[in-house]
Amino acid sequence: MSNQEALLEINSLHTGFEIEGKTYHAVKDVSFDVKPKEVVCVVGESGCGKSVMSLSIMNLLPKHNGKIDKGEILYKGRNLVNLNDKEMNKIRGKDISMIFQEPMTALNPVLTIGFQMDEVLINHTSMKREEIRKKSISLLKQVGISRGEQIVHEYPHQLSGGMRQRVMIAMAIACQPQLLIADEPTTALDVTVQAQILELITKIQDEVGMAVLLITHDLGVVAEMADRVVVMYAGQVVEESDVDRIFYDAQHPYTKALLTSIPRMEEEREVLNTISGIVPSLKNMPKVGCRFVDRCPDAMPECSKVDPQLGETEKGHSVRCLLYDASHPGKKTEVR
Amino acid sequence: MTQEQKDRSEHLLQVEELKKYYPVRGGFFRRKVGDVKAVDNISLELKRGETFGLVGESGCGKSTAGRTITRLFKPTEGKIFFEGRDITNLRGSELRDLRQDIQMVFQDPYASLNPKMMVGSIVSEPLVNYGKGSENSLKQEVMDLLLRVGLPEDAYFKYPHEFSGGQRQRIGIARALALKPKLIVADEPVSALDVSVQSQVLNLLKELQAEFDLTLLFIAHDLSVVKHMSDRIGVMYLGNLVEVSDADEIYINPKHPYTQALISAIPQPDPRNKSERIILSGDVPSPQNPPVGCPFHPRCPQVMPECSEKKPHLKEVNKEHRVSCLLYE
Ligand SMILES: Nc1ncnc2c1ncn2[C@@H]1O[C@H](COP(=O)(O)OP(=O)(O)OP(=O)(O)O)[C@@H](O)[C@H]1O
Ligand SMILES: Nc1ncnc2c1ncn2[C@@H]1O[C@H](COP(=O)(O)OP(=O)(O)OP(=O)(O)O)[C@@H](O)[C@H]1O
Ligand SMILES: [Mg+2]
Ligand SMILES: [Mg+2]
Repeated sequence: MSNQEALLEINSLHTGFEIEGKTYHAVKDVSFDVKPKEVVCVVGESGCGKSVMSLSIMNLLPKHNGKIDKGEILYKGRNLVNLNDKEMNKIRGKDISMIFQEPMTALNPVLTIGFQMDEVLINHTSMKREEIRKKSISLLKQVGISRGEQIVHEYPHQLSGGMRQRVMIAMAIACQPQLLIADEPTTALDVTVQAQILELITKIQDEVGMAVLLITHDLGVVAEMADRVVVMYAGQVVEESDVDRIFYDAQHPYTKALLTSIPRMEEEREVLNTISGIVPSLKNMPKVGCRFVDRCPDAMPECSKVDPQLGETEKGHSVRCLLYDASHPGKKTEVR
Repeated sequence: MTQEQKDRSEHLLQVEELKKYYPVRGGFFRRKVGDVKAVDNISLELKRGETFGLVGESGCGKSTAGRTITRLFKPTEGKIFFEGRDITNLRGSELRDLRQDIQMVFQDPYASLNPKMMVGSIVSEPLVNYGKGSENSLKQEVMDLLLRVGLPEDAYFKYPHEFSGGQRQRIGIARALALKPKLIVADEPVSALDVSVQSQVLNLLKELQAEFDLTLLFIAHDLSVVKHMSDRIGVMYLGNLVEVSDADEIYINPKHPYTQALISAIPQPDPRNKSERIILSGDVPSPQNPPVGCPFHPRCPQVMPECSEKKPHLKEVNKEHRVSCLLYE
């Protein structure tokens, strides 16, 4: 079911880790797509598989225990799952770039910023040496670092967290990728710096015309940035739609509960909604049935017996929940 | 009684021009070469039974302020009054006695609980230390506390690693409550928790505050959380308190340019309501070498020439609304 207009199309991705001889799926049946120039936000709580999903796309899973077991990742129709390292290297940084939560781990502490930036251009372009340094400095300007000429001679630890994230973004956009994957790019930053970085991503997305897959656990960031939203829970996509419907017309009980459990600046509420219990750990995941069942306010007896499937409830809105599954007797008659 | 004395006894806690500097050592002899001015002048007061929220970005001195106010640290300058009594220089047994009335809850529930101790012992430790309760009543009291904070009964015999982050925070809260303190300073109590667990702990803190008649100093960097919890809010920037006001007032009518930027920078979970952001340029300067004049002036969108010369002080602009900014002087 190849989707003509999609830039990236993920179909039924299963990524597993081998722990003590057994395979546990951190990503289990994830499907969604990203269209050109679109911002898709993936939102979910800690441990739900957001990073494993993005590492799977980039083919950066830890080799010793992580592996894609099933599914496809189509970039412009080409399946990335089958590519070897050499083929993938050509795509990484050129067609698809990634930035991480803690830029310090992605930057090499003993090499200058300039050296690391030049490297990207050397690997992916045929630019001449003397042009390359100029380009690196102009990229730094583009991400709002005016002292580019000096910064290229400095080391990562000499920069603040916000500056390091800017350098990462400069490197990521060096080759004008069509897709930028940003895994919690602002989680480690202060809100005023976060605002700077989010604005920068939006500006560059506009200039370069790239699509962005933005991973976050902050619903405020989602509302601000997303065209479409993928909600993940315990390794699965539980709901997917455009940003407006996710916030104003959520269907999955988890999405609804999440939206009412955050304090909001503009309203007075004595008591916040809570979701009882905690996310099951990888090892304690229910073998069959819905993974949210223990915490779900709307759970029905069959929810722990049947695996809910992600299905479209209206055009452009998919939900993984028996309440919305027409083939099950428990289907809600008054949907919403 | 002078007005000053009257104010001090009306408030549970009063902080006057508090400073806390950390020495910076360098060179071969590890001599003192400077100071990190972590708290560089804050004055505030906590009314009995209120929640006062202290908010500001990383490194602005919130934790240092919290720990100095509770006298875990010794202030560099300034005065602290608790129930009208000067506690600035308390030592030894007097300081020990003070700890019964002032307790802390920390951000990191993992680091703040002894991993080798059973939860029951962790929570009863303060009671034992202060010789409260007989052996029989003690266990019952701790059991009741554990139940009250929403932990299962068998939690008593378990160890911290057997609990989730949110549950560990409940253990920390139970321990802080054990001595029935008058003031609890909660330093980022939910920052390490997931959204769905955060709201559980926030609700619990609110309930307990009403039930135990607590005064709460609630420290966090997330203004939405602080606003939800607090009656009044103080905004810190680079060691200074730049604005203090009623929680709703500060959100509707922020005066300080930093508060305005901070509020506008918070992404709102509402795609139909995207407000204009004030984007600040640059980064927060180092507290070791703070700017002369107003600490915010190098980044301030409304900076005036005198801002780099004169340091503003907290001034009342409305009833119960104080701002430290030359625009209002
Ligand atoms: N290298 C690994 N080996 C084993 N298990 C792993 C590994 N990396 C991740 N996991 C597990 O996979 C699950 C998903 O982790 P992942 O890092 O994708 O979560 P996340 O959604 O990115 O969370 P966060 O918001 O905390 O970043 C978790 O249960 C995690 O413990
Ligand atoms: N023990 C210490 N010695 C020296 N400097 C310190 C010490 N503790 C904190 N600082 C510095 O004092 C300043 C204020 O730190 P503090 O921890 O009070 O800030 P905070 O507002 O709580 O930040 P965060 O939001 O990151 O917790 C920072 O610049 C910090 O680096
Ligand atoms: Mg992650
Ligand atoms: Mg702190």
